[in-house]
Amino acid sequence: MTAPLLSVRDLRTWFHTFAGTVKAVNGVSFDLMPGEVMGLVGESGGGKSVVGFSILGLIDPPGRIEGGQILFDGRDLAQLPEDALRRIRGREIGMVFQDPMTSLNPVQTIGRQMDEVLRLHTRLDARARRARCIEMLESVGISQAGDRLRAYPHQFSGGMRQRVVIAIAMLARPRLIIADEPTTALDVTIQSQILKLMRRQIAEEGASMILVTHDLAVVAEMVDKITVLYCGKVVETGPVREVIDTPAHPYTRGLIDSIPNPAHRLPRLNQIPGTVPDVRNLPAGCSFRERCPRAQALCAEKEPPLTPQRGGQHAACHFPVPATQTTGEPA
Amino acid sequence: MASRVLSSQMVFNWWRNPSAMLGTLIVLFCAIIVIFGPLLVSQNPYDLRQLSLLDSYKPPAWLEEGDARYLLGTDGQGRDVLASIVYGTRISAMIGVTAMLMACAIGTTLGLLAGYFGGRLDALIMRVADVQLSFPSMLIALFLMSAFGTGIDKVLIALTAVGWVVYARTVRGSTLGEVQKEYVQAAHVAGLSHAKIILKHVLPNVMTPLIVIATVQVGTFILIEASLSFLGVGVPITQPSLGLLIKNGFDVLFSGLWWTSVFPGLMIMAMVFGINLMGDFLRDELNPRLK
Amino acid sequence: MTPMLEVEGLEQRFQLSKGLLDRITFKGGRPRLRNTIVHAVNGVSFAIAPREVLALVGESGCGKSTVAKTIARIYEPTGGRIRIEGEDVSAYGPRRMLPVRAKMQMIFQDPFASLNPRQKVRDIVAEPLLQQLGPSRRAEVRERTAALLSRVGLNPEQAGRYPHQFSGGQRQRIGIARALSVNPGLIIADEPVSALDVSIQAQILNLMLDLRDEFGLAYLFISHDLSVVHHIADRIGVMYLGFMVETAPRDRLFAMPRHPYTRALLSAAPTIEPQRKTVEMELTGEVPSALSLPSGCCFRTRCPFAWDRCAIERPALRDLGGGQSVACHLIDEPQRDRM
Repeated sequence: MTAPLLSVRDLRTWFHTFAGTVKAVNGVSFDLMPGEVMGLVGESGGGKSVVGFSILGLIDPPGRIEGGQILFDGRDLAQLPEDALRRIRGREIGMVFQDPMTSLNPVQTIGRQMDEVLRLHTRLDARARRARCIEMLESVGISQAGDRLRAYPHQFSGGMRQRVVIAIAMLARPRLIIADEPTTALDVTIQSQILKLMRRQIAEEGASMILVTHDLAVVAEMVDKITVLYCGKVVETGPVREVIDTPAHPYTRGLIDSIPNPAHRLPRLNQIPGTVPDVRNLPAGCSFRERCPRAQALCAEKEPPLTPQRGGQHAACHFPVPATQTTGEPA
Repeated sequence: MASRVLSSQMVFNWWRNPSAMLGTLIVLFCAIIVIFGPLLVSQNPYDLRQLSLLDSYKPPAWLEEGDARYLLGTDGQGRDVLASIVYGTRISAMIGVTAMLMACAIGTTLGLLAGYFGGRLDALIMRVADVQLSFPSMLIALFLMSAFGTGIDKVLIALTAVGWVVYARTVRGSTLGEVQKEYVQAAHVAGLSHAKIILKHVLPNVMTPLIVIATVQVGTFILIEASLSFLGVGVPITQPSLGLLIKNGFDVLFSGLWWTSVFPGLMIMAMVFGINLMGDFLRDELNPRLK
Repeated sequence: MTPMLEVEGLEQRFQLSKGLLDRITFKGGRPRLRNTIVHAVNGVSFAIAPREVLALVGESGCGKSTVAKTIARIYEPTGGRIRIEGEDVSAYGPRRMLPVRAKMQMIFQDPFASLNPRQKVRDIVAEPLLQQLGPSRRAEVRERTAALLSRVGLNPEQAGRYPHQFSGGQRQRIGIARALSVNPGLIIADEPVSALDVSIQAQILNLMLDLRDEFGLAYLFISHDLSVVHHIADRIGVMYLGFMVETAPRDRLFAMPRHPYTRALLSAAPTIEPQRKTVEMELTGEVPSALSLPSGCCFRTRCPFAWDRCAIERPALRDLGGGQSVACHLIDEPQRDRM
């Protein structure tokens, strides 16, 4: 069996704010195999983006990685100094964010920004760098790539900009891509183009990807494996079809039932009652118990550990949803 | 809850920011002088019966020939410099604050109208503002004062005329942003009139940046007024501000009678310095972009 | 039966920049006046019956939100007619609109921007009703406000709080209570759930459907999310570049979409279902600028079937029976449909 490319162990990233400590990520563990695509899903406040930022070493004060390991190819990224991380970002780990304008410099041409990545991370000469830039732009579906290198970000539409960001992320042939809501700002027809493009690029380069998103439907079409976060903890993780078809954790079940499904429409959606609790002030025991239809006395006393489930996934629940229950039936 | 967090956050930041604390202390000190000043000094320098020419040009108390009754010395009429400063500070601060309030009221109203209704009204107001901004404010104030003549009321008018532009421009800019917001649209759907929308929905949400401008402007106005008075076109001799005190003392400065103008000068400096420190702190706190 | 809302040939144009100097561009060394009119809505017609939910779907820039805000008279319509219960309100000024506002209210997209941060929740919810009843009936308004808050699932004791003390979902409930306050027959909902988390989105959708049954509401529901639209709508209109390209009852539209754009939209929407859709239709390119509309059919620049007729003649909406209307020349020449 091959070793995982990325192994996150008991990651804890906390934000020390004036109003109290926000344990945004509090004991998250997962493995990512080479070539594997993992979806990191959850609602706002779940901590999914913070996991991505922690791996990239982009946590700024008042945030801090309090503990745990981020083993990337054997090195612990949580322990590396900033300059070592900077060499890894861009070369070995690429990033794609929701708003392409945050990752593109508005006053530099696309060509210059792409060239800089290659100059920083490869030993290619000017001609080879230009050739690689053009090749990359063409492979993300931008025509007349040679001319487009001289364009500025604002001369592209939103979808085109996201293509450029993907091209830049893939430029130095990284082994891991972290994509944080890459298509959330895009229209559905453009989203489908971008998702297809990302899937193809990842497969061609043999890279791994972590797709951070709130959109389970996007995840269902894109990834091999899902990790569901709730209040900074992993509540369920496993192969995509198992988790979506037979979710074991009531939160995953509730999320799936909350999405209106045109294939079987219900008069009412099975909603999860209540709202996400204040992460500064989590209830004892299971964080989800106050919204959970299956909660019992034990849930208030003991925090459930991640345990193997029948579907092949792992879930952190004392009373998991039976595998026989299918989508659409009330939980 | 968040507003309480915000304000206690501000106190928290203030506590860790020595220059903000210093600024606040200076401003508080000035406020005490302005409010309780006459009770703190023994002499009313403008009551001729309390003056004695025999006491003229006494140096500060700690120098030779100093008089313990006059801590900072006296001027040519035997007026206590300390008492003059206290009374001068009142006049300077009063002018600064009143002119700021007037400029703020006029500028905010014009900015709201320009930003909310747009079109020709907006173009007119903003072109006037542009033209005015192309002249130094000191020049405009000087011009107005030489046209009007001296007097506190005229100084106030001149300062208002100089100061409204910055409010108008800021408020217009924020208003343009506010009217796009959905809660203003919701107010339209609720059936509110334009006047109600402006007063209830736009105005309260464009006020925050004005706090910083207003604070710093008080300092600027005190300085402009001092300059006008120093040049002899500001307040009348019967109501001397700090600027006029400096001017009066300046005439005898090189005769070695330095205390009559240096101490009022130090007072102005301290006051404006304190105001600006406070303004900087407020700017950092209230501007979300710097966070 | 008189429709709750009837829209006929609605047009909305926006002038981008008003200054002459801003519009001058140089092309080939000669000055030209740039066209800066945005054709946001180009002749849209539809009607909503009482208690009916009509959804307008489309991608950003298709004019669906502009339609909503023009009907709510946040924008003045450039052309066309808007009738509320048969009464033509398209030329009404603010004063004459006031009684109409009691029949038509709106829910907004952004739960953060749609509530004035400096107003207490009680005053936010009461605002539309207070305009209708006048300040003399404040006590009555206050009572109704408390009842409304508890109906939308909020604690009336929290009415003295400010919006930032509530979560996104709770704020959206406040917005719904505000719209309900005047007991309207029609609620225009502009992307009411798109800014919310999935679990909260489900709560709000359920609430909106419950309220429709309880208060007999009709909704004009604007959304880009097809699965949400499928859940809530009775009828769906698909918009592209300011035109209505297809309208049909919900199940018919999902089962037999006729317009190529509708088909592309349906096939692009991701689902959690394991089986991929049988016919996959991918669009290339992006939406053209609303500053200069393409000649003929608005969709021809991205349409895989477009032929020369589409560039010359703009297709009109044609009734295909069963409540379905489509604006596409393929109806005349079905042999060109290669999918």
